[in-house]
Amino acid sequence: MADAKRPNQLLRNLNAKVAAIPMVATALVVFVGCTIWTIVHSFTKSKLLPKTDFVGLDQYERLWKTNKWLISIENLAIYGICSLVLSICIGFFLATLLDQKIRFENTIRTIILYPFALSFVVTGLTWQWILNPDFGVQKIVRSLGWESFAFDPLYNQDIVIYGILIAAIWQGSGLIMVIMLAGLRGIDQEIWKAARVDGIPKWKTYIFIVIPMMRPVFVTALVLITAGIVKVYDLVVAQTNGGPGIASEVPAKYVIESMFKNQNLGQAFAASTMMLVTVLIILVPYAYLEYGGKRRAK
Amino acid sequence: MQNKYNLEGPQGTKPRKRLSGTNIMLYGTLLVVAFYYLLPLYVMVTTSLKGMPEIRAGNIFDLPVDITFEPWVKAWSTACTGLNCDGLSRGFWNSVSILVPSVALSIAIASVNGYALANWKFKGSEVFFTILIFGAFIPYQVMLYPIVILLREVGLMGSLWGLVVVHTIFGMPILTLLFRNYFTSLPDELFKAARVDGAGFWGIYFQVMLPMSLPIFVVAMIIQVTGIWNDFLFGVIYTKPDIYPMTVQLNNIVNSVQGVKEYNVNMAATLLTGLVPLIIYFASGKLFVRGIAAGAVKG
Amino acid sequence: MNFRNALVATTALCAASAVSAADLEVTHWWTSGGEAAAVAEFAKAFNETEGNNWVDGAIAGGGGVARGVIVSRILGGDPMHATQLNHGRQAEELVEAGLMLDLTDIAEEGGWRDIVHPVSLLDSCTVDGKVYCVPVNIHSWQWLWLSHKAYADAGVDVPSNWDEFVSSAPALEAAGKVPLAMGQQSWQSSGAFGVMLVALGGPELWTKVYAEKDADAAASAEMAAVFEAAAAARELSAGSNVSDWNLATAMVINGEAGGQIMGDWAQGEFAVAEQVAGEDYTCLPGLGVNEIISTGGDAFYFPKQDDPEVEAAQKELAKLLLSKEVQVNFNLKKGSLPVRGDVDLAAANDCMKKGLEILASGNILPDGNQVLSADTTGQLEDLMVEFWNDTSITAEDAHKRYADIIASAD
Repeated sequence: MADAKRPNQLLRNLNAKVAAIPMVATALVVFVGCTIWTIVHSFTKSKLLPKTDFVGLDQYERLWKTNKWLISIENLAIYGICSLVLSICIGFFLATLLDQKIRFENTIRTIILYPFALSFVVTGLTWQWILNPDFGVQKIVRSLGWESFAFDPLYNQDIVIYGILIAAIWQGSGLIMVIMLAGLRGIDQEIWKAARVDGIPKWKTYIFIVIPMMRPVFVTALVLITAGIVKVYDLVVAQTNGGPGIASEVPAKYVIESMFKNQNLGQAFAASTMMLVTVLIILVPYAYLEYGGKRRAK
Repeated sequence: MQNKYNLEGPQGTKPRKRLSGTNIMLYGTLLVVAFYYLLPLYVMVTTSLKGMPEIRAGNIFDLPVDITFEPWVKAWSTACTGLNCDGLSRGFWNSVSILVPSVALSIAIASVNGYALANWKFKGSEVFFTILIFGAFIPYQVMLYPIVILLREVGLMGSLWGLVVVHTIFGMPILTLLFRNYFTSLPDELFKAARVDGAGFWGIYFQVMLPMSLPIFVVAMIIQVTGIWNDFLFGVIYTKPDIYPMTVQLNNIVNSVQGVKEYNVNMAATLLTGLVPLIIYFASGKLFVRGIAAGAVKG
Repeated sequence: MNFRNALVATTALCAASAVSAADLEVTHWWTSGGEAAAVAEFAKAFNETEGNNWVDGAIAGGGGVARGVIVSRILGGDPMHATQLNHGRQAEELVEAGLMLDLTDIAEEGGWRDIVHPVSLLDSCTVDGKVYCVPVNIHSWQWLWLSHKAYADAGVDVPSNWDEFVSSAPALEAAGKVPLAMGQQSWQSSGAFGVMLVALGGPELWTKVYAEKDADAAASAEMAAVFEAAAAARELSAGSNVSDWNLATAMVINGEAGGQIMGDWAQGEFAVAEQVAGEDYTCLPGLGVNEIISTGGDAFYFPKQDDPEVEAAQKELAKLLLSKEVQVNFNLKKGSLPVRGDVDLAAANDCMKKGLEILASGNILPDGNQVLSADTTGQLEDLMVEFWNDTSITAEDAHKRYADIIASAD
């Protein structure tokens, strides 16, 4: 860069460094410091107040023997994979539809994106209401004459997590659609012309030419979705509060309940450390591929 | 039959027929999609305009027979949690007073961060940035409790400014990324020319970068306004009932059932809570899309 | 000089206004109709005292949610001035950490040890001989609430004990009613099970399991019988799709459900709905089998403050909560029993009178919250809510997991 040759580089860089103090403080004190603090305390038997009487891996042993935690992890896996795949597919599909030079594009885009402006609490309450078997979809279909129709995901242990998924997709797919659409618009028109000249059908062009070109867009979408998945909490609290029974529990809820309701900080910290490990398992290979790959390319 | 006829007609000469089969499929699909996305809004609005007897008797997709604004009035000004019967109105103003400083502070800090990272790289800056981005993925639960202690130590726990700081911290990764990518995408020549003219760190930031980055500021604002307005977790943990934001009050009102569950009031309260981000979104819809194209995608 | 004087005067004025205000922020989780009416009695009495003002900090969503908010605020160094908690072990560590106001002087001055009945309630507030909380009411879990309308519609008599309740269930089901209303929240599942344990397994078994954490008793055949009964009750509650306890109570009030196992706070809901005990509904203490009640309840703690004026107001509120008049007014609305044996409850209805009689006869147990840690309580709640909702878990499975939890309980 040009500034490397400047004589007063130190002073100017000082300005940049001063400006970066909040960032550095956040990175070190909050993201690194607090994380380490939590990990350290996950090896203690802290109850209501954090203490430092270490008990080794006891909290982790108990965690992995607890049914509620196992169900939480399973739910997160189902929810995570489904919402990742569905959001990306639906987002991309809707984006290609909107990219067909259609009329009312703005209107339709606005309709698809507006749920993104609503909170998970609002989303959860709304869908709880629509999926309520006594008032919502089930009752409507039954009143149309299909008496045996059953669609009560929020009251059925086996499918409750999909009931939450419906709401989550409703809320989040608009954003993915917009990102994908922006990516599609960024594709050079020449490529379409070339494909048409070569007689390649439209769907083939999308799958074999356009999607590979949009790799960075997909990565952005992927990152945005994954960041949201592990954090899912408000939606579950508002929509089912973990029920029926404990069928829709999620890890974030387990942590907060252990922390405040059951007054068992050690257990809460062990659970949150496991959440962190889950994130790292997903993130580290990705970061290695991204950064490692780039470095080699240079 | 019209469409079938058109399909069999000579292809290629008139590529944009109004009623071709593909078009009908296309608009049909879009209609179904729009229906799915609009349904909950429709249900919320109609339910909030019905009286309770009508809700119990009818189904949720019926239009209201007797339109009543009672539920809205109640949700706004008289719904109770415990002894506080002032509805959502207090939460609304609390949310506003949390929102304004949080959005301003987080965007100010993140834009400067992004600018420093894009144009004034210093030793270690990339390391901190990487930590910051990792921070976006760390589940909040990991940091929730230590932050209680941090806030206690600086005396901000339970205060409005404590929550502002928390929002600034957790908004920082995504906003910094956004700004860094945007500033990196600006032509390098601009920056170099300003340097030749002798402008410094802040000079370039205020005179060159800021005027050029209105769209990205709008995007950042939309992200922050919706994010902070919709926050529930931080609001419930780091504040006290006096300054509970609107989402927490919404949850309180919906969960405080005194007698019967008043779905109409709940729906009105839900809509009221969602109104601010919705308005902002509808008002700035195009900029939002343009900004995402500029920021997120080119990264 | 003028300027300085003005400054001093302004400061003094600010200080003075802070003193005379003495606003006390009080947090609690009483948000249902009956509860809110009851807490209003506290607020009214406190606002009538000189210069004091009750700032209500109600937190919705039940004790599980509210306790988190309360505890994190106390730990965060910005505590409320007074807060509801279930006395017993929930606040143990907060007291030990020195975060709660010591009320021993006013307790001795007011002779609390003589007036609080049963005195075990005051013991739960006492740590190392010092008093840290004010018990305000006695709540007992062991009640079965029955809807006269539901039984009339089904054409059978209102049962007088649990066995009759179970055998009358088919008739209710035939009439399209849910025999047993159950809310889906975990504390309700766990509480209902505890009631069945006391009523069907007997108080000795309860004491061994909960108070003494006797692993053998928890794994015993008597315990297995209780689980079988609970599995049967689970069948009766199928079709009860509500979440909040008061919505389940509403099913009983409307005659949609035959009965509900719920604590005596349910009475507040019947009162709000203007139903009369003995005419519209029946209450069976100890499920009509073992007439025993637990004497848990709510208590108020006063987190330590720096301001001596606030502390004075806190103590004033503490005294007020135990005064005769407030005790009567509050408990009549709440449906709970007063913590003083020396007040006149002429206005009490049938159910409260039954409770008072049992209390006087001494057939009492401590409450689960007084003997179990929050951690163990939470584990039991998780198990029970899973058991009540997932019919694939057999009574044996649940019993085994239950015994494990008790064996490792603290």
